Formats: sequence, C-alpha cells, structure tokens
Amino acid sequence: MSKIYNLKREVEKPVRLTGGHRLCAGCGAGVVVSGVLRALDKEDRAVVVNATSCLEVSTFMYPYTAYMDSYIHSAFENSAATCSGVEAAYNALKRRGKVDGAVKFITFAGDGGTYDIGFQSLSGAMERGHDMVYVCYDNEAYMNTGIQRSSSTPRFAGTTTTPIGSVGQGKKQNKKDLTEILVAHNIPYVAQTAPIGNFKDLHTKAYNAIYTEGPCFLNVLSPCPRGWDYPMAKLAEITKLAVDTCVWPLFEVEEGVWHLSYTPKKKLPVEDFLRPQGRFRHMFQKGNEWMIKEAQQYVDQKWERLLEHTSA
Amino acid sequence: MSNRLSGNEAVAYAMKQMNPDVMGAFPITPSTEIPEYFAQYVADGEVNTEYVTVESEHSSMSVCIAAQAAGARTVSATSSCGLALMYELLYVAASCRLPITLACVNRALSGPININNDHSDSMGARDTGWVQIYAENNQEAYDNFLMAMPIGETPSVRLPVMTCMDGFITSHAVENIELLETDAVRKFIGEYNPENYLLKKENPLAVGPYDVSAYYMEHKVQEAEAMKAAKARILEVAAEFEKISGRSYGLFEEYRMEDAELALVLIGSSAGTAKAAVDKLREDGVKAGLVKIRVFRPFPGKELAQALANTRAVAVMDKSEGFSANGGPLFAETRSALYDLKERPYLIDIVYGLGGRDVKTEDIEKVFGRLADIAVTGEIGPVYTHMGQRSKEDIA
Amino acid sequence: MIYAKDINERTPWQDLTPGGEIYEPGTARDFDTGTWRTNTPIFHVEACKHCMLCVPFCPDSAIPVKDGKRLDFDYMHCKGCGICEDVCPFPAITMVTGGVAK
Repeated sequence: MSKIYNLKREVEKPVRLTGGHRLCAGCGAGVVVSGVLRALDKEDRAVVVNATSCLEVSTFMYPYTAYMDSYIHSAFENSAATCSGVEAAYNALKRRGKVDGAVKFITFAGDGGTYDIGFQSLSGAMERGHDMVYVCYDNEAYMNTGIQRSSSTPRFAGTTTTPIGSVGQGKKQNKKDLTEILVAHNIPYVAQTAPIGNFKDLHTKAYNAIYTEGPCFLNVLSPCPRGWDYPMAKLAEITKLAVDTCVWPLFEVEEGVWHLSYTPKKKLPVEDFLRPQGRFRHMFQKGNEWMIKEAQQYVDQKWERLLEHTSA
Repeated sequence: MSNRLSGNEAVAYAMKQMNPDVMGAFPITPSTEIPEYFAQYVADGEVNTEYVTVESEHSSMSVCIAAQAAGARTVSATSSCGLALMYELLYVAASCRLPITLACVNRALSGPININNDHSDSMGARDTGWVQIYAENNQEAYDNFLMAMPIGETPSVRLPVMTCMDGFITSHAVENIELLETDAVRKFIGEYNPENYLLKKENPLAVGPYDVSAYYMEHKVQEAEAMKAAKARILEVAAEFEKISGRSYGLFEEYRMEDAELALVLIGSSAGTAKAAVDKLREDGVKAGLVKIRVFRPFPGKELAQALANTRAVAVMDKSEGFSANGGPLFAETRSALYDLKERPYLIDIVYGLGGRDVKTEDIEKVFGRLADIAVTGEIGPVYTHMGQRSKEDIA
Repeated sequence: MIYAKDINERTPWQDLTPGGEIYEPGTARDFDTGTWRTNTPIFHVEACKHCMLCVPFCPDSAIPVKDGKRLDFDYMHCKGCGICEDVCPFPAITMVTGGVAK
C-alpha cells in the first residue's frame, strides 16, 4: 500500500472473501472480513484462521470455501493457538527450505470466541509473540447460537439469555474492555476500528496490523441486524452512531503509545445509538430513564479515560 | 547402540532423532520430562524444531493440528488431565486426517487428583479416531514412537497416532535400551511430503469445514475405513522396523500361549509382572499364558479371538474403570471379539492398579487361581470385580 | 485431485475429499445466494459517480469493479440487504420489491 489511502485503488484488487457464503443478508462480519483482507498486498499470500462462529459455518460449508487463500478452522476456543501453529510451521518449513515467500497469518473470531471462550488461547498466543494478526469481529453476543449474552454484550442489552421481563432488564454487567486488556499484553499493535465512511480507518489499521511484525490485535465493531434488531440496510448508520456517540471509539496503540483516530465533531448522546436497536427498546419505556442516564455516564467515563491515555 | 534411559528420555531421544518440524510443549506430571529434555536439545542446537511453549494442552494440540495442516511434522507429549483437556481436539485432529504423533504417559484422571499410573486417560480417548499403541517398557516406548509416523502418515491411513507408556513405572524407571543410529531413524521415517498443505504455493487448502448431514456421515465412514487400513499398515511398519532393529512387534504379544488353558489379557507394564507369574505357574505345571495388547486402536479383535480360541478361562485385566457397571473397556472389546468363536472360553474382568495401586506376581497368581477354579467347576462367579482395594470382606 | 464441482449430495464417500478438505480457492462462488433476495438493488449507471463507497459495504462482494468503474450487481450473490442503497450519496442505487431485477 502506498502511504495515501485510495479507496478506488483498493476496491479494484481481486476480492479475497468471495460471494456465495451464507452469512445473513446485511451481516457486518462479511463487511469486516472482506475489509481486513483487502488490506493485504495483492501479491502476498495469507492463511486465514477462523474460530467456530457465524463466519465459519457460513464461509466454509463443505464443499464451498469463500476464501481465495488457505483457510483453517479447528474449534471455537482455540483460533489464536491455531494461528500460532500455522505460523510455527511456516517458521520451521522456511528454515528447512520447504516454503518460500511471505505468508501472512490472520485469525477471525467473534466476540464469544475472543472475549470469552477463546480468551486464554488469545492471551497465550499474544504473549508468545507469534507474527500474526488476531481480528475480533465484535457483534456483542453469541449470534451463531441465537443471540446469547457474552462478556462483550453491553449493559442493558436484551439477549436470549438476558431477556427483558417483569424483573429482568437485559444484561446486568458492562461490556468487558478487551482492547485495553490486549494493550496490557505489550504487543506491537492494538487497534479498535469499525466499518465506516470510506473505510480508511479500518483499512489503514488492518494494514498496520498485517504488516507490523509480531502479534497484533484488531477489535472491529461488526453490527448484527438480527441480534441488534435493526433494519439490515442500516449497517453504516448504526456503525457511525456507535462511533459518534463514543460508544465505540476509534483508536490505536502502537508500541504502547495511544493515538485517538477520530474525535466526533459533535459527540452525540448515547440514546441516538440505542434508539434504533430493538435490543435496547426497553430502555425507552417510561420509568427506565435511569438506564439511559447510566449508560451515558458509563460511555462518558470510558471516553474521558481514553482521552487521558491518548493525550498523555 | 546400548544406553540406559528412562522411558521419558527414550521418547524424547526418539523425538530428537526424528527432528520434527513443530512441537507443542506443556508440562504435566509424569510426561513433563519429555518437553524438558527436548527443550535442552533445542537449546543445544541438536534439533531445529519450532518449539512452541503453549499455555495449555488444549493449545498444544491446537498448535499441532494447525502446524500439521500447514505441512509440518508435529509431536507433543501429555498425561492424564492434559489429554482430557485435549479431548475435543483429538477428534478434530483425527477428522482432519492429520498424522500428529503424541506421546501419552499414562496417568490416572482426576478426581481425586492422583499423579500415578493407570490407563483412564488414554482409555477415555479410545474412540477419538487416534491409533493407540501401548508399551510395556522403555524399549517399546522408544520403538513405538519411531514407528508412529510411518503408520500415521501413510496416505490410506492419515490418522494421528498416540503411543502410550505407563507413568512413572515406565516413564521414570531407567532401563537398558537399544537405540538406533540417527541416520537409520531418519531413513526409516523419511520426509513428510503431504500432497496438500496450508502453506503450499500452487494451490490453497481449506481445512475444517462445516459439514451438513449430507456429508458428515460420509466423512466419518472415510475415517472408519482409515482406521481399518491402519491395522495392516502397523504390521508392515513393524516388519520394516524389524529389519533395522532386529526387534519384532505384532498387534499384541503372546507369551507362552501355544498350549495355554488359562490366560490373561492386559496392557502395559503389568505384563512384566504377569510374565513372571506365568513362568512360575508353568514351573508348577499350570498351562498359563498372557496376551499383552500392544495396539488398542485399531482393536485386533479377530486376531485376539484366534489367540484365545483354545483357552478355557481368560481374565481381562483393565487398568482403568469405565463405570459402565459392566466391566472395563478392554473387557468390552475382548468379550465382543470372542463372540464369533464357536466355543468360547470363560471370561472375567478384573479392574486393577487404579491411581498407581501396586500389582505383584502373587496378585497375578491369585487371578490364575480363580481361572483354574472356573475352568474346573464351570462356575464363573462375579464377572466384573476389582482387585487390590481394601475391603471389609478381607478384614473379616 | 478431487474438485469441488464434482462434489454434491449424491457423491459416494469414496469420492469425497478426506477430512472435508478443499484444494481450490473461492469455491463458494458456485453457490447461488441470489435466490435469498426479497428486495433487489437496481444500478443506475448514469447516476453513478464511481465513488466506490458502496463496494466495501457489500457483505457479499457482489459489486464488481473494473478499470475504475463500478459495474452492475452480481445478482447471483447479492442477497438484497440494501446497505449499498443506504450508503450511496447519489441516486445511483434504488431498491425494488421482490427478488428479481426489473
């Protein structure tokens, strides 16, 4: 990639995630994965690793692979270890003259496979320092099994395991701050991004992650029209609202140095992000104003903390 | 060349001679020494293996699966709960048809936690699609490990292989052992050149699909056929191995079985004790014999039935408890194998040695005593019993 | 080598790839997801400025680009989600009801 991002040039590259996969219409994961893979230089080979997820069952349903590159899926909780195994094999075979040329190693897993069940595997792989990229496409719940809460699900969100009832008001806990936990691994590159606008942010961060030596981590917001309960055509709007309300700030941490990638011209109230989504519908009922207030307080607090990091 | 090595060191030495591409390494008693010895070989530049010190056995097996799929020869070692933690991935390794080689140093499973030997770990993994080969002693542990790759990597097989030895009894005891020259080992195992692998330049490879029901069963039939094909291949490899080592191996070892009327069927290091008991009984004129199972997967049912066809009473000795309330796993296999015989011997199951409970020649002699009574009276008594535990009946 | 095009739900087990491996790139392209559409995007080439904003937002890689020009939809793979219409700054994409482009 030349230094200046050019959408026109990038979209002319041959696709690496093909059509014909079985992700739902309007799925954010398809957008995120093709967006990340687009950052690979055209001539470079990659091995794509995948945790069990919506993405996996949809993109490699026998005998149909949607990947132009080599691909491996093994289980739900081990995609980082799997990627490190491929990388280890590459190092060994390269040393013995059995493979040549650059190969990039990119893992995709959902938030369940990353924040929860795959967390140990991820932490281990990052600590060992494999030359790999781990991409979490974060849709904030276990969508493949039918929208159950994960540690990434935001507070108050209704899911099938945090349903709304006469007593229950959705998820009780706040979202785990995984990106910050990855920063604490002292790896060369950690970034939080989302598919917005002309994809410059996502593309540049994916490029940095792929072409920075060592373990790199991307957390990418990936709206799910079914799980979040919004009209599927509204993917771009929902994502933009997440960013402009600072619910999902865009930032990167290079060698421990924090950079804020985007400051909203006008920081929108969090309810602008919550209102279009069915999973937060109960928050707008009479008597539940405190929920919106507390959600706003939490976002503000996290945003202030991020600003402290990035201005330091 | 002769040497004095523990079972763990013998297996680590075999690994060094093979110089695998990738090793997944994680400590657990009693297999810990294998990755320790190997780490020293790495540190001393005696191998150029990519040595991956993972954070769990689960990741160890995950690394092996991925590396093997990527085109590398991979090894690992584990025991007990480590193997149990790999459980899900043992199936994945076999179903992806990846010929990984794993040294299992047999140890009891928790709970309660116990570090000593029995076979509950590998017996729990008996239906995962791995070839399982068991050793009686250090020499066999070394030899079996060397034979694993040529078995697993055969295109008609393409299955992972687990070589098992008894924790502490074999893994930590130092014995005289014959080692092959490294050149001979390298020649014997050859180069690993899979037709397709993730890092292949000419075409990509996709591994680990979501199989809908229209395909899953067909893939399982392929796997079952591969396990059947492994039996003949195990014998072929043993024959090739005999040429370079002078040591001969079958699917099981028959000890003084030619005219045996009373026989034991068991696995692992207890065979040494049992052989001593058989010798003693033979001196007393008892026609005692032993079948030591070497290959448990694929199970040599037909061959075992032939070996036991002329016996009158047989005791299967299970070093793991299957909690079926109907006998241990070796018993289930043996009894099933004998079903096709026109005239079947009396058959009992004795579960013994759990969590390191010792078994002595006198214990084995008692088992033969029971078999002799059964053969004379035709009264089989309780079919499934335990041996070696304290009991109120003994005190009374 | 066994090719994906020779594998279907009538293929005997002997003719399937071992372990479900696939040795070719992008075999999913042979699978028609266009039948999923309940709404269909229509491309109005005359209104298109080829800004390409719609392309990366397509979850199904169903907007081909060639020589700097955005081409008509790949209707075999387009699932009709409508994200492209939503992000298009121009009147170059409109959604019509039903699965057929008309």
